[in-house]
Amino acid sequence: MRDKQIEDLKDYKYGFSTDIESFKAPKGLNEEVIRFISNIKKEPDWLLQWRLKAFERLKVLKEPNWQKPKYPKIDYQDLYYYSAPKSFKEKPKNLDDLDPKLLETYKKLGIPLQEQKRLNGIAVDAVFDSVSVATTFKDTLTEKGIIFCSISEAIQKHPDLVRKYLGSVIPITDHFFATLNSAVFTDGSFVYIPPNVKCPMELSTYFRINASDTGQFERTLIIADKGSYVSYLEGCTAPMRDENQLHAANVELIALDDAEIKYSTVQNWYPGDKDGKGGIYNFVTKRGLCKGKNSKISWTQVETGSAITWKYPSCILKGDNSIGEFYSIAITNNHQKADTGTKMIHLGKNTKSKIISKSISAGKSDMTYRGLVDISKNAANSTNFTQCDSLLMGNKCGAHTVPYIKNKNSNSSIAHEATTSKISEDQLHYCQQRGLNQEEAVGLIVNGFCKEVLQQLPMEFAVEAQKLVGISLEGSVG
Amino acid sequence: MEQKLKTDFDKFISTSNFSNQEIKLKKEALDNFLKNGFPSRNLENWKFSDINQIIKKNIGELTFYNDYKIENETNDDIFIKEIEHNKIVIVNGKVQQLNFEYEESDKVNITILDILNQNLNQDNSLLSLNNSFSNKIYNILVKKNYSLKKPLVIYQITNEKVSNTNINFQLNFDLEESSSIKIINFSDDNSEKNFINNLFNFNLDKNAILKNYKIDKKNNTNIKYDYSSIIQKENSISETFIFSSGSDYVKNEVNCNLEGKYSSAFINGIHLLSKNKHHEIRTKTNHLYENTKSYHLIKSVIDDSSKSVYQGKIYVDSNAQKTDGYQLSKAILLNEEAEFNAKPELEIYADDVKCSHGSASGCLDEDSIFYLMSRGLDQKTAKELLINGFLLDVIEKITDEEIKRLIKNMIGLN
Repeated sequence: MRDKQIEDLKDYKYGFSTDIESFKAPKGLNEEVIRFISNIKKEPDWLLQWRLKAFERLKVLKEPNWQKPKYPKIDYQDLYYYSAPKSFKEKPKNLDDLDPKLLETYKKLGIPLQEQKRLNGIAVDAVFDSVSVATTFKDTLTEKGIIFCSISEAIQKHPDLVRKYLGSVIPITDHFFATLNSAVFTDGSFVYIPPNVKCPMELSTYFRINASDTGQFERTLIIADKGSYVSYLEGCTAPMRDENQLHAANVELIALDDAEIKYSTVQNWYPGDKDGKGGIYNFVTKRGLCKGKNSKISWTQVETGSAITWKYPSCILKGDNSIGEFYSIAITNNHQKADTGTKMIHLGKNTKSKIISKSISAGKSDMTYRGLVDISKNAANSTNFTQCDSLLMGNKCGAHTVPYIKNKNSNSSIAHEATTSKISEDQLHYCQQRGLNQEEAVGLIVNGFCKEVLQQLPMEFAVEAQKLVGISLEGSVG
Repeated sequence: MEQKLKTDFDKFISTSNFSNQEIKLKKEALDNFLKNGFPSRNLENWKFSDINQIIKKNIGELTFYNDYKIENETNDDIFIKEIEHNKIVIVNGKVQQLNFEYEESDKVNITILDILNQNLNQDNSLLSLNNSFSNKIYNILVKKNYSLKKPLVIYQITNEKVSNTNINFQLNFDLEESSSIKIINFSDDNSEKNFINNLFNFNLDKNAILKNYKIDKKNNTNIKYDYSSIIQKENSISETFIFSSGSDYVKNEVNCNLEGKYSSAFINGIHLLSKNKHHEIRTKTNHLYENTKSYHLIKSVIDDSSKSVYQGKIYVDSNAQKTDGYQLSKAILLNEEAEFNAKPELEIYADDVKCSHGSASGCLDEDSIFYLMSRGLDQKTAKELLINGFLLDVIEKITDEEIKRLIKNMIGLN
């Protein structure tokens, strides 16, 4: 089954044909491969031991199977766990080699030509690169003492920080995919904001040179020291292609006293074709720890891509007065499936959390909001507010809400509401009467539906995301 | 436990007179239970209430054999005086009295089912247990166009003769077209540490109306599981009210299938818990046809180190356009040790629907207490008043005035 899917992916007319010859660890998951990865990246011994410990744990863990979207069994021995970044030779030569549909989308999103090339790994000419915004930004950051680099680089240059925090939020003994990531992660981002520094710009993986090709097992670690602030952007609105089907990334956020982390994601990976063939499985573990007092972590996500999205960005509110927020828009169309939501675990006193989830399903897709709000015994005066709204388009799709609510503290309050409905005929009629065509009308209404979440996104991002919402639903009505 | 089950089962079969066919089915049910055992927290439905652990901790070794030959005296004192009613008296799982004195005899047909309920969910091992150990199953059939003149009160009594025993009981109701029945299911437990496993089946034909009120008020240390299956045809209405307070552990499960258009289900429940009780209500409402409606309202008042759980699921099939589903659960926690867990779930496959749920939990509103105290009430009275108001909201949903009054008196809310 899976082999066939890989074949299909390869055959996909505009996809990349993967030329598997050089710079790869042998297929399969074993101790040798882990040692190989660690060795090639010149990692210190403690990290190798850490990986091996995770691997030991992995042997006894089973893949979870409680989720709604089922997927064909993955043969973990049939995957490559390390491959060096591709040389330009293997990459598409120019934009004409790409799927015209993709180019059309770029056009609609208004992405500049150079950027389009960059997104697809097309060799960008040196002139553009040297004067690129990215290089300029890098200097400003260094000035402030902010560390923003790849995690491999951080392991070499800042081993103490990495050693102290890596795995402190997602331990190696966590669930199957998180543990798999711990054992074989290849690269990812590392951010450290020193005390009392407000990061002057939105940090984005996009600005990190050579950020692409981090592989399918990405590891991100963000630490905001006392009194600092950072806003981090992951992904971009432009459709992303990738030849790896399984993505099991881990993201760890740590906010110390009075620190704030804002993490925004726009995920628009290849969702498979109209019949649901191919597409990426996005099984990501994202967890933030509000470790210090008065700290705050805010997750914002716009999920429009991937064949299967399965993730729950969570907040552990450990410090007193800490705040956790989760804003989400998830859109599924055609045969896409998403099972997403959040966990808010209140441990400290006076902790607050807020969950706003908007999900839209169209076509033959299936969408589940699954969330947990857990107020422990000691979390006095904590509050939670949850709102999850679903919008259905057509009767071939599904929308589900599965919230778990646990209140063990009598001074705390939890409020949860959820609605499911469709776009009313009246609203559509009104918009169409004013001269919009049906698709524009749907786009407008859906954008209104999502507004609460879109507002949380950084400015430029929000504009693009708004367009994306409309584009994702194209062809779903009528 | 396996050996015990088998010997008790053989003893039970040898002392009863079941047909070969029945014995075969009972044996199959037993095998199914043996395979799965008591449900534990590993199963999603039992996540919040691990009955396997609870039985082990509170009862220990269970006896499954129940001698249905013993005749039990019933004390008339417990019968409800306020209203005239028909009655079914069940003592320790054995039907002692079936009395429909107020009804026309040819309109209510009472038979004994000669075959087990086979359409049961095989995944639910407690239903298998019930099938294998329950005595003869009565079927009560209400004829077409007939409405029972007086309510039916089902007295479920346990006495001191049983302890550490598993009591299984089943009852069937068939409501023919345009018939109606009002049932009060009243528990009176005078026994300690038993595991009581009830199963009620209701089949509602076109235009039929079922009103079912369950009252568990008397303090006792029994563990109870109560499963109601309601199947509804076109334009039928079911109303279920659960007052759950007395026993140490109760799980009420209501599974409702809305199979005909314009059918509707109303499920309302109260948890009033103190000391160290653990009660759960689980509702599963399946909207399988167009234009069906369901409404759920569950309220909990939790004191001391009690635990209240609500799991509710609204399922909407892709055929069930124009569904209207609503679910609300609210809880007041009165003590530091109290706990409230909820899982209100929506599973929806049709687009033209209106479904929503809400869940809120917290402590009594300080401002409201202050307001009442500033009007001269002492703190205790103020709190009581607020709690009564909170719960009355559910009781007011009872559509039968006479029974509403009765229930208000019974549980002391006015």
